[in-house]
Amino acid sequence: MTGGGLTLAVENLRTHFFTRAGVVRAVDDVSFSVDRGQVLGLVGESGSGKTVTGFSVIGLVDPPGRVVDGRILFNGRDLAALPEAEWRKLRGAKIAMIFQDPMMTLNPVLRIETQMVEAVLAHENIGREEARKRARDALGQVGIPSPDERLRAYPHQFSGGMRQRVAIATAFINRPDLVIADEPTTALDVTIQAQILHEAQKLCRDTGTALIWITHDLTVVAGLADHICVMYAGRVVEAGEIDAVLDRPLHPYTSGLIGSVPSRNKRGRELDQIPGMTPSLLNMPSGCAFRARCGHADAACDSAPGITAPMPARAIRCHHPLLEPAV
Amino acid sequence: MSDSASPAPYIDLRRIGKRFVKSLDVAARIARHLGSSVREEVVHAVDEVDLAIRPGEVVGLVGESGCGKSTLGRMVAGILEPSEGSYFYKGRDIRTLDAPEARDMALRIQMIFQDPFASLNPRLRVKDIIGEAPRVHGLVGRANVDAYVDDVMLRCGLDPEFKRRYPHQFSGGQRQRIGIARALAVNPDLIVCDEAVAALDVSIQAQILNLFMRLREELGLTYLFISHDLGVVEHISDRIVIMYLGRVVESGPTEDLFDSPNHPYTQALLQEVPRLDQRHAKFSAIKGEIPSPLDPPPGCHFHPRCPHATARCAEERPILREIAPGRRSACHLNEGAV
Ligand SMILES: Nc1ncnc2c1ncn2[C@@H]1O[C@H](COP(=O)(O)OP(=O)(O)OP(=O)(O)O)[C@@H](O)[C@H]1O
Ligand SMILES: Nc1ncnc2c1ncn2[C@@H]1O[C@H](COP(=O)(O)OP(=O)(O)OP(=O)(O)O)[C@@H](O)[C@H]1O
Ligand code: SF4
Ligand code: SF4
Ligand SMILES: [Mg+2]
Ligand SMILES: [Mg+2]
Repeated sequence: MTGGGLTLAVENLRTHFFTRAGVVRAVDDVSFSVDRGQVLGLVGESGSGKTVTGFSVIGLVDPPGRVVDGRILFNGRDLAALPEAEWRKLRGAKIAMIFQDPMMTLNPVLRIETQMVEAVLAHENIGREEARKRARDALGQVGIPSPDERLRAYPHQFSGGMRQRVAIATAFINRPDLVIADEPTTALDVTIQAQILHEAQKLCRDTGTALIWITHDLTVVAGLADHICVMYAGRVVEAGEIDAVLDRPLHPYTSGLIGSVPSRNKRGRELDQIPGMTPSLLNMPSGCAFRARCGHADAACDSAPGITAPMPARAIRCHHPLLEPAV
Repeated sequence: MSDSASPAPYIDLRRIGKRFVKSLDVAARIARHLGSSVREEVVHAVDEVDLAIRPGEVVGLVGESGCGKSTLGRMVAGILEPSEGSYFYKGRDIRTLDAPEARDMALRIQMIFQDPFASLNPRLRVKDIIGEAPRVHGLVGRANVDAYVDDVMLRCGLDPEFKRRYPHQFSGGQRQRIGIARALAVNPDLIVCDEAVAALDVSIQAQILNLFMRLREELGLTYLFISHDLGVVEHISDRIVIMYLGRVVESGPTEDLFDSPNHPYTQALLQEVPRLDQRHAKFSAIKGEIPSPLDPPPGCHFHPRCPHATARCAEERPILREIAPGRRSACHLNEGAV
């Protein structure tokens, strides 16, 4: 056990896919950490490597993909080269994942009760009745009415929002130390999303579980997370405390993303837009991956920037951080 | 809608409605044959909705999944027949239009969809996707089609160099631009945008929203902008219409509606919109699930979730009434005594 309540520290993680068309560097030198009871928002555009990062942390990367480098320190223990048998003991017990599609977690042909009870019994030596009681309480906790009855139901008898809540209840049922949530509210309505954010937040606070919330939606992360990690083309380009990063982004990409978000105070005005689009990972330009879209690019950006810390508790990958106060 | 200062509506839908009959599958039909009480289910997807859009206006249509936004949008675009109500196009009941007039209307009102890929023919080159309709309808002579397509592509931020390519050779954002170019090519007045930016990354979404706003200015376009994303709708719309389970519950100018939402559903909805400047939020939620459109609650559809509901709300449907100039809301609370 490490001190200071550090649940997860990912160091220089590289996960690559060895495809016929070439090596896809989906995750390329990614580092971040999450403390007990804290929420880390992992944001980035489609294809930036968020899901592959999550899969790496929970040991679900399948061939042709492989974690090729780096350390995944979970409660101080390195998981990067853990044998599958050991993973099975951890997964669902100490680390759990919530997917965008709850049916990735739920089995359509089994009653909710069976699935949740099995999830408990797989990792703990308790009686069936006690496991059932725990399942019922877990459903109640995520706001599902008459949980006793609902336990008997099959997944298809629930709405999308309810299914996602069952998946969340299942993820949290063994009081894991770490939960990775991969865009679990993207397909849901605002009011249902708010319920789910509310429940995830409460569970985190109550159980001390550390949470990684993966999303492309900056506004969700703004309300939920304590820290934020912005990814671009397989790399972390900026990371820090949520208020600090959103109030004063140092990376041109983060700043552009924030400017892209439609909001009240920009009504009817032109949004800041980032020109162009994300480069293909198979065909990465040399130097800074954001170069072709960046308004601050110059000759220095022909070489890839490393991680720097221009202010305390901030990491950024850029030759020209936006340090001058904005005019 | 009766304020005389504003121009006559471009389109005016009155008490428009759409019912879908969910036909029974074979098993259910057999069950019924054997005397079971299985019945065909009817979804009242749009229920007595009034919607008028004036020329040059951007109207945002918001509501949760399944509330009938797309169904209403498709009726506006004329690609879905209403089951009830009447539709006036430039003051004329569309049932009285002759064939050339109806064809003109079909060109003047265009629709853009969420999934740009699914709505583009994969076997056509971009130049044909954009150029075919204006050529067929004689908007441009055969000799000038090429130059015309170049022009429309440039306007939409597409490089005419790529006009010989197929849709799959473009990114999501570029495909949406192709969809917009195809709609623009027939010189529409009104464009119905159904979740037109929902599938795009934020930075690309901003590019497309900017394009919509620029085109509106350059061409004097009118939009019905359908989205479940309140941030997007708030940004682009002059006026907002909020639907809940097939009915309009509130409408009004964007500014007023966001500053002082009247309907309890609107109030709850606006409160849940995540915002960049809202940090370390304490999320709460409207209680209860969204009820099924197949079996909506009686009276006010919102009553099982409404913190102000009374006995009357469970029985009597509240009427959409004017509560201030240009603003309407459908809630019994506005009548003083509930
Ligand atoms: N099995 C695979 N084989 C080859 N490439 C893969 C594989 N899985 C993922 N990738 C690539 O890895 C990159 C990162 O993918 P990832 O799914 O992590 O993105 P993401 O940030 O989660 O995107 P989204 O927001 O769309 O979910 C992408 O370029 C993707 O094409
Ligand atoms: N062709 C159809 N046949 C039967 N029912 C339909 C049909 N089209 C729509 N419906 C039903 O009508 C209701 C309204 O659907 P609609 O697609 O208009 O909703 P929406 O507000 O656009 O939802 P979303 O945000 O999910 O796109 C839903 O209950 C839907 O299942
Ligand atoms: S390194 Fe250069 S190109 Fe990359 S983000 Fe910084 S300024 Fe822009
Ligand atoms: S009519 Fe009644 S239930 Fe409906 S919104 Fe108003 S107060 Fe609530
Ligand atoms: Mg993903
Ligand atoms: Mg729709």
